[in-house]
Amino acid sequence: MSSQLNHNRRNFLKIAVATGGGLLLGFNWTDSEAAVAGAPLKGVAAPAIDFNSYLSINPQGVITILSPNPEVGQGIKTAFPIIVAEELDADWKNVVVEQAPLDTQKFERQVAGGSGSIPHSWKRLRVAGATARHMLLEAAAKRWNVSASDCTTSKGFVLHAASKRKLSYGELATEASKMPVPADVKLKEIKDFKLIGQTIKNVDNPGILTGKPLFGLDFHREGMLIGMLQRPAFGYKLKSVDSAAAKAMPGIVNVVTINNSVAVVGKSTWQVKKAKDALKIEWEKDGNLESTSDHNRLFKEMLDSPNTTVRRKDGDVESAFKNAAKVIKAEYQCPFLPHNPLEPMNFFAHVKADSAELVGPSQTPEAARNQTAKLLGLSPEKVSVQLTRMGGGFGRRLNTDYAIEAVQVSKAVNAPVKVMWTREDDMTGGIYRPAVRYRFEAALDAQNNLIGYKLRGASINAGNATREDNFPSGAVDNLLIDSIDHKSPITTGPWRAPITNFLAFAEQAFLDEVAQAAGKDPVQFRLELLDKAKQKPVGKITYDVDRMKGVIQLAVEKSGWGKKKGVAQGFSVYFSHRSYVAQIGEVVVEKGKPVLKKVYSAADCGVVINQSGAQQQVRGCVVDGIGHAMYGNITFKDGIPDQKNFNDYKLIRMNEIPEIDVYFVQNEIDPTGLGEPSLPPAGAAVANAIFKATGKRLYNQPFVETEVFKGVS
Amino acid sequence: MALFKLQINGKSYQTEAEADTPLLWVLRDNLGLYGTKYGCGIAQCGACTVHLNGEATRSCTLPVSAIGTSKVTTIEGLSKNGDHPVQKAWDEVDVAQCGYCQAGQIMTAAALLKRKPQPTDAEIEATMSGNICRCGTYHRIKEAVKVAAKTK
Repeated sequence: MSSQLNHNRRNFLKIAVATGGGLLLGFNWTDSEAAVAGAPLKGVAAPAIDFNSYLSINPQGVITILSPNPEVGQGIKTAFPIIVAEELDADWKNVVVEQAPLDTQKFERQVAGGSGSIPHSWKRLRVAGATARHMLLEAAAKRWNVSASDCTTSKGFVLHAASKRKLSYGELATEASKMPVPADVKLKEIKDFKLIGQTIKNVDNPGILTGKPLFGLDFHREGMLIGMLQRPAFGYKLKSVDSAAAKAMPGIVNVVTINNSVAVVGKSTWQVKKAKDALKIEWEKDGNLESTSDHNRLFKEMLDSPNTTVRRKDGDVESAFKNAAKVIKAEYQCPFLPHNPLEPMNFFAHVKADSAELVGPSQTPEAARNQTAKLLGLSPEKVSVQLTRMGGGFGRRLNTDYAIEAVQVSKAVNAPVKVMWTREDDMTGGIYRPAVRYRFEAALDAQNNLIGYKLRGASINAGNATREDNFPSGAVDNLLIDSIDHKSPITTGPWRAPITNFLAFAEQAFLDEVAQAAGKDPVQFRLELLDKAKQKPVGKITYDVDRMKGVIQLAVEKSGWGKKKGVAQGFSVYFSHRSYVAQIGEVVVEKGKPVLKKVYSAADCGVVINQSGAQQQVRGCVVDGIGHAMYGNITFKDGIPDQKNFNDYKLIRMNEIPEIDVYFVQNEIDPTGLGEPSLPPAGAAVANAIFKATGKRLYNQPFVETEVFKGVS
Repeated sequence: MALFKLQINGKSYQTEAEADTPLLWVLRDNLGLYGTKYGCGIAQCGACTVHLNGEATRSCTLPVSAIGTSKVTTIEGLSKNGDHPVQKAWDEVDVAQCGYCQAGQIMTAAALLKRKPQPTDAEIEATMSGNICRCGTYHRIKEAVKVAAKTK
């Protein structure tokens, strides 16, 4: 196999002749310059070099693109290849997408999280596609003995207009692989995009719609056992276990203790579930046994505590409040939330004498691999992790606890085991969204200008519950943001749009109150603050004023803000995960009850890759944001969660969703992420519209438990 | 353990299971039919929906011993080539995000359209609200049911 390398700073590519003919282009999806290793394409001998993805064109013209990123429903497995195919000028019908098989080598940013996949990979995916296109063009020019500049490409063909000749990419692939690799390729002008920005279906539709075993829980290996664990509640440890009855039950192979949990391993799911229920376990106290009533008390203590950490201080806050004509003060609270992906946690592990094999749904496979290696005393290359499709993640699968647990169980029983969590295990098993309470204070002068602003974030296991350099920081002369956190045995972790998923609600609802106190239109009030941040910014700001104003204007225009009769509108805007989203909720009161009828959502996420995926990401985020703001709540009694399954924990359903209109600002900015940014503003768009409709402010989530919904089911 | 004879997707199966084993786990563990999903185990989310004599049924709470001679249809048997009007509509509308709940959604929608070929919006909502989609694809589910009703 002949091959050549191109090591320029922007780009790291390798071209080779594929086994069986055709072109093979190895490249990295990631933005790191460090070498990463790849897995071979099915049926193609991979070169022994360090790449995490391949684009191949076989002599029949089939273009195969390997997708190494975990698919959690964010649509990456469709969006990434669209970007490559765009620059390649491929016919989308001839593009096949494969999920990376066993990652037996190292992977770089093979992570689903932080809305970062597209922003991180945009440039290099384009370069990969453009490089292959350039070489195909050169190969055709050489064969025809014409200048490459007289040739063009379209839908999988190279064309020479003057002689009306054309050759397909398949016919040219082998020759193209021998062309010199261009040092710098020209990328398309955004206005020339043909695929990017179109409506393209999920490449996995055929498998999903016919029930193919795509997900972790569907994984099966001959001779594999099923494992379930009984884990301690928060603040407890294992005292003793009587497993005699469980062990005697049919199909049960073993019962073992793993750390403070008891694992039942057996032949089938139902047998294991029944035996787990038959365990007699005694737990003992191992820390604080916290209840929701304790948290409510702790929040009040923390908000009055002198021991906060100052996150940002601008100007002279004390004088501003002393001299204020009006001071507005309010507190907002949000509860813990489970992630509840519909596919509960699960992982397959087979620990052998000198290696380990893992298969399952993970947003961070590299971490799972490294932790497994450390735990077993193996080198990381002795641990393989195969990624399955994930039945949702929402941040829960950024944690590797359930994969490591499977490794421990497999090791303990010396057999291949798929550990699965029941819904009850999943909902009571922790790594929740943290709980928070915020105190806001605003000072207005006699002309109703915002001259002072204070925010204190009190949280349980959130660290810093503020985003001190985000709006309205930069727009207020005198500002103080501080935070305080309580360490709890209740485990927490990232939950879709971490921190901002509750901070945006509280802040945007509070600014609505301040605008009202100032006698200003809520939109106009924000625009004035943004003008100030633009013309005379105070300190450091992390947001782009013009992009934020752009989404505000789009939402205002599309919703007919302030011009509609018969509906109450509420406004919210937020910058998170690099993108900007403004939303306007519309509420009417029916039979004394506020009903959310519609949400207008306007986003600026830079260039939109796939309209179908992007529209659904926004709608899904709004549904998620509204659903959890309205209904989501997990409470505790002495460390034990009160809600255990969907009969006592409510997720939003079809009959509770509003109509949602989705708009994107059209620009040529590199993509800035869309998996999360439309969620944070949703809660306040609803709360502010409900205030407009009923005169009642919503200070606590879930909304259904507040006064305005009382007596309403 | 007892031996059960089951009619699934037009085929006869024999399998040994304890009498109280939910059909869901017989399908998945014994017969290797993984299209029917586990979501809650208490008939709240609809991910496990199959057809029992054409009626949408939650397989996670249906003991295998209660099935008798009833005909079971799973997502794998809804159509031979994945071309049932509901499956086609789901593709056309591009409903799925993570996709985990969609087999249950499709089975629920197919049973609805069999019973009610031209359902009203309210009827679609009433039926489909029994199925949870954690990704929030409800707008597209609703649209796809309407597309399927038109193409039937």
